[in-house]
Amino acid sequence: MAEKVLELEGVSMAFGGLKVVDRLEMDVHDGEIVSVIGPNGAGKTTLFNLVTGIYEPTEGDIRFAGESITGLDPHKITRKGIARTFQTLRLFLNMSVRENVMAAAYGHTKAGAFRSMCRTPGQRREEREIRALAEERLAFFGERLMGYRWDQPAYSLSYANRRRLEIARATATKPRLLLLDEPAAGMNPRETQEITELIGELRTDGGYTILVIEHDMHVVEGISDRVVALDHGVKIAEGSFEAVATDPRVVEAYLGTGGMARK
Amino acid sequence: MSGPTDWDDSLTTPLEGAVEASTAEADAGPAVGQDEWVARLGERRLHRGGALGLLERRVSAVPWWTWLTLLVAIICLLPIGFESGYVRRVAFDTVVYLLLALGLNIVVGWGGLLDLGFVAFYGTGAYAYALLSSDQYDIHLPTIVTIPLVAVIGGIVGWLVGLPSRRLTGDYLAIVTLFFFQVFLTVTNNGDDVFGESVTNGPNGILNVDEFSFFGWTLPRATSEGLFNIRYLYVALAFFVLVYVALHLVNDSRTGRAWRSLREDPLAAELMGMPVNRLKLMAFAFGASVAALTGTFATALNGSVFPQNFEFPLLITVYTMVILGGAGSQAGVVVGAVVVSVLLEALRDAGGDVRAGFYIVLLLALVGAYRGSRKLVVVLGGTIVVGVIAHVVAGAIDDAWTAGPAEDSGRIAAWASDWVIVPAHLAGWVPSATYVGLVALALALTLVRGWTRVALLVPTLYLASFVWENVMLPHPESTRYIVIGALLVAMMIARPSGLLGERRVEIV
Repeated sequence: MAEKVLELEGVSMAFGGLKVVDRLEMDVHDGEIVSVIGPNGAGKTTLFNLVTGIYEPTEGDIRFAGESITGLDPHKITRKGIARTFQTLRLFLNMSVRENVMAAAYGHTKAGAFRSMCRTPGQRREEREIRALAEERLAFFGERLMGYRWDQPAYSLSYANRRRLEIARATATKPRLLLLDEPAAGMNPRETQEITELIGELRTDGGYTILVIEHDMHVVEGISDRVVALDHGVKIAEGSFEAVATDPRVVEAYLGTGGMARK
Repeated sequence: MSGPTDWDDSLTTPLEGAVEASTAEADAGPAVGQDEWVARLGERRLHRGGALGLLERRVSAVPWWTWLTLLVAIICLLPIGFESGYVRRVAFDTVVYLLLALGLNIVVGWGGLLDLGFVAFYGTGAYAYALLSSDQYDIHLPTIVTIPLVAVIGGIVGWLVGLPSRRLTGDYLAIVTLFFFQVFLTVTNNGDDVFGESVTNGPNGILNVDEFSFFGWTLPRATSEGLFNIRYLYVALAFFVLVYVALHLVNDSRTGRAWRSLREDPLAAELMGMPVNRLKLMAFAFGASVAALTGTFATALNGSVFPQNFEFPLLITVYTMVILGGAGSQAGVVVGAVVVSVLLEALRDAGGDVRAGFYIVLLLALVGAYRGSRKLVVVLGGTIVVGVIAHVVAGAIDDAWTAGPAEDSGRIAAWASDWVIVPAHLAGWVPSATYVGLVALALALTLVRGWTRVALLVPTLYLASFVWENVMLPHPESTRYIVIGALLVAMMIARPSGLLGERRVEIV
């Protein structure tokens, strides 16, 4: 089996008395696409917040490429190679599309403020590289984010394009593991189809390992190597899409016990 | 059918994607969603059409350094046109304001941090220069060493103040920095007895601060005729250009992008690999450093430094410049600084131009609001008729009522004296009563619409003229701040992003 990129070992997160994630064990292997599903409030986004360092787990250990990242600052975790998108879009709205992506190159570039003031040759070369990287990442989405759109402010983009821009921005941090929080939320069927294909391309062309939260079961079915189902912070099922989708506990979590009894 | 066709008509230039989507995949649901459509419409609204839009595009195509050169050239040539020391002094103060506004723009405009202690950094620089080049401790460092040293000291102080507040945002940060400002004032005011030692001489300030001297060549403050030495203006201007260019380059770099990301969304910035706390401290330090640097010029020229030089009105003035010009835009804050600085000076002396300026601004505002409609004619005509009648009636009752000081300065002003009632002596209650009445009328104006507003505008305008001539002109010191305040309010309604600020959009 491929190398473990992400390992969660007995990870718990409690807010006061409320346990949002409870002794979660989970692995993501290199090159895999793993989907996390579960009803609202199951702890999916909290899981992402734990992995990216927004929250520090109250218990347990999170390892990335074999190295513990528990308790690190979020920006340091990002520099190690984990990038994410947000369920509620968090773009830099009043910056241009290109600048949004360029800003995300901060972690793996070096030129400081004083070198920028002097425009040293090294700084200029780096700036050219950042610009090229941004344009390459935007080109990944074909015509959608090309040409004149580069210099437009991010707020002028349509909702679907803002979602695409978030993915482009996340990939500009040069991650190994990409966390996508509901990439198809709010998209129409055509756009959903497109995003499903795109996630596949992110793995094959981009070489990213992907952990994705998704509610749209067509998307989950279309992309996942493996599915993890959460409910009330506990992992209730794991395995192939077919196995998880038919698991009685998953059905119960989504539909309630009443539905089962009538069946 | 009119609805959908209107939409289609407005989409005269369909963007790529829309065409192939609507033809090829009509069955896969709407390719151009409502959301996309709204976004495209907004996109087109960004650029105005017509001659004004063309002008706007032409002007924005001019590179930034052209404007900078123009500004510097104007300030450089100023002393040739105006021999008086007064104009030179105003020009120097404007450059000081320009530098302060640039510094504040780093923290507020780029970093998005509400720093209410900014003036304290300016004061720190001023005191640092004074202590390093005066008889206070008998230290007289050469200027070429002092200026960079003071900038570094300012940066360090900014960093230290930022340290405890780096986890704070918004209101909380504002309170902490305001506290620091107060601490600075308290320390400088009571610095005449620090463990029995006089450090800052308290309210008496530090006097006889050295003049600038570069390589043993001293820059006297005053020329042999006792006039303001123009070289100080040039030194300050040179540093302004240096700071402007340096900051412009930083803004268009990795650091500048990170600062602006931080302003937009600190959490997202952190998760995209930017060390938010460090960047905040950097913004603080850079802003403080520019402010401290500015302090050296002011102190060197004044030859003294007092705690009273760094009071709250200065903080408010610099903030006004940044907000009026457009926080986040360097060109904007420069324009804001020039406008506010010149306006404050112009209003200091309520001469003929200023007096007439009020009516011109009123007229322009009316034209802007009603754009040559019938209402404009009614408002103007009504106000003039009411004024003439009031003036005649008042004059008929008692000559003294219209015998106020007739300052013959310009045609508009002279004409206004024939129209506005200016009594020779005002009863004590009149100024406050009319002023409050004017504010009440202005507030009432915001509550009514249409022709009722027009009807109410007539007495409001006449009362405004009365208050201007009788209450505000005799008291220029408070009037200038009222005018600046009114300007700021009007600006925030008409253009919330400031004169040259980028349009700021929140998507909810």
